Amino acid sequence: MGARAAAQSIDQGAELLRVDDISLSFGGVKALTDVSFDVLRGEVRAIIGPNGAGKSSMLNVINGFYHPQQGEVWFAGSQRRNPKPHNIAHQGIARTFQNIALFNGMSTLDNIMTGRFTHMKQNMLMQAFWRGPAEREEVQNREKVEEIIDFLEIQAIRKTPVGRLPYGLQKRVELGRALAAEPILLLLDEPMAGMNVEEKEDMSRFILDVKDEFGTTITLIEHDMGVVMDISDRVVVLDYGRKIGDGTPDEVRNDQAVIDAYLGVAHD
Amino acid sequence: MFYRQAGDFKTTYRGDIQTFPLRQDRIAYYLMLAFAFLVVPFVINDYWASAVLIPFLILAIASLGLNILTGYCGLVSLGTGGFMAVGAYACYKLMTAFPDLNMMIVVLLAGFITAAVGLLFGIPSLRIKGFYLAVATLAAQFFLVWLFNKVPWFYNYSASGQINAPERTMLGFEVTGANAEPAVSYLFCLTILTVLALIARNLTRGRIGRSWMAIRDMDIAAEIIGVNPLKTKLSAFAVSSFYIGVAGALFFSVYLGAVEVGEVFGINQSFLILFMIIIGGLGSIFGSFAGAAFMVLMPVLLKNIMVGGLGWPTDIAAHIEFMVVGGLIVIFLIVEPHGLAQLWRVAKEKLLLWPFPH
Ligand SMILES: Nc1ncnc2c1ncn2[C@@H]1O[C@H](COP(=O)(O)OP(=O)(O)O)[C@@H](O)[C@H]1O
Ligand SMILES: [Mg+2]
Repeated sequence: MGARAAAQSIDQGAELLRVDDISLSFGGVKALTDVSFDVLRGEVRAIIGPNGAGKSSMLNVINGFYHPQQGEVWFAGSQRRNPKPHNIAHQGIARTFQNIALFNGMSTLDNIMTGRFTHMKQNMLMQAFWRGPAEREEVQNREKVEEIIDFLEIQAIRKTPVGRLPYGLQKRVELGRALAAEPILLLLDEPMAGMNVEEKEDMSRFILDVKDEFGTTITLIEHDMGVVMDISDRVVVLDYGRKIGDGTPDEVRNDQAVIDAYLGVAHD
Repeated sequence: MFYRQAGDFKTTYRGDIQTFPLRQDRIAYYLMLAFAFLVVPFVINDYWASAVLIPFLILAIASLGLNILTGYCGLVSLGTGGFMAVGAYACYKLMTAFPDLNMMIVVLLAGFITAAVGLLFGIPSLRIKGFYLAVATLAAQFFLVWLFNKVPWFYNYSASGQINAPERTMLGFEVTGANAEPAVSYLFCLTILTVLALIARNLTRGRIGRSWMAIRDMDIAAEIIGVNPLKTKLSAFAVSSFYIGVAGALFFSVYLGAVEVGEVFGINQSFLILFMIIIGGLGSIFGSFAGAAFMVLMPVLLKNIMVGGLGWPTDIAAHIEFMVVGGLIVIFLIVEPHGLAQLWRVAKEKLLLWPFPH
């Protein structure tokens, strides 16, 4: 059974991902120190912490950009051994970036179609010929992509080159590209950074809808505490690369260590 | 007013993803194909064939090939001339070793051999990017030319060091050699170009093409959606080299007939093809054609005007030609990096709205 199928067979509420004692350093800089937590199937798991706490580094470990010096990553019941990011995509993990990383030379539609990559199988010969299997596959995947476009309410910008879109919409397209992979685990790195209140509300709604409609498990990094408390089931708190809190939003909110390290420091 | 989208709505995704979604564009395309295949062969003469049409067809193939690598996948190559030479020498060796082999098969095999060589030289590209890759391909360019000059086996130990295309027929008509009919050579090249352009279009509009562009635009994002960067870049190298090899084979066998590698497939050739895709439009099939047409026609036109019309000496005309090309490259790079293809798109958008721009 492939990792994706294994992940798919995991029950709601059971462990989907676990990181154990992860330590990661860059030269002398310790980005993460002995961090452990788990993500359960079907939940929204938030990672919070001040700037430089190691949140993005954690996502980079999960999706294979960084290989920690110490610790283990378990996904869908098996331990991973330094896989490449593109292998991890095939296991059913997708993500967005803190700094938008869209394909600027392509339209919204093509960006999201590219997100279907792991679901398209036709070889080069078939694609060269196009008629038949390749075209059928293209049309089937296009239908999926149109569902996502409708879901995210971006029909009007379907053919617009993404470079021309305003920031908020670019964030939405990037979410669409990740959703197109039909991920089992979706990693979102500050999906609402730099948005106004209205855009944040839209994005929160989309995230909750993704969880409810598609049953996707979500791990997200977010700075806005209000948003985090509203949409997440459980929260991990990082500070200087260490985990200082873990629990439901209420538990975390009332934890003295967290208040000292993060909530007290104000929202940047 | 006359160029319209109205009444031409797409009700299926299949309709939406076709090459020419607008009916008028489709008709124009079929008319042009019919003209190229059914009219031109009857009116073609030696001058038009050798000065304009055949070089255009062949260089358009090379420009499609380079555009796949550079325009679609974002990997700059200055080795096009060298890879054309691989195609040419593969073609020559195949023609002389297997005199009965069908010419179409010879050309395709030459393409596949070049694809294999391209793969080999593409491997360093997996580690290096941008400027360093350009330098590596430049090294390949000089190495390949040196190799074909240096190893007599490649030119069958001929005294001149040149390679000469033997006479070969296609369906009973001579397509290479001194007695080839221009119409036959033209149709041979046109057929290959048409098929290869369709294939390029099909590859670039689907999964593989999007993975090329994804690597070009943002390689880390490409990786997290499952694109294997190594495989993707190598596939671009292979496909691109196939096209360039076919172009080299045709350039040698059908167009020139005799080749001295350093003169024909030197660094100048690499730059010429690169200019074609820059002026025509990076990442555009239409742009590959437009660029090739432009770079083939412009010198002919300038020469006719300056030498034929104004009676200027040829060397001055040649200098002016250099300056015009150089100036245009600079202008396109600064003002319109997407080249003629983009100008054409903008013109069409305007035309769709004309005469009521709102
Ligand atoms: N590729 C890298 N090279 C060197 N240092 C890095 C790299 N990535 C992250 N770091 C360092 O690791 C620490 C954590 O960074 P990051 O994970 O981006 O924090 P956060 O996302 O919580 O703001 C920072 O000190 C940062 O400078
Ligand atoms: Mg971060």
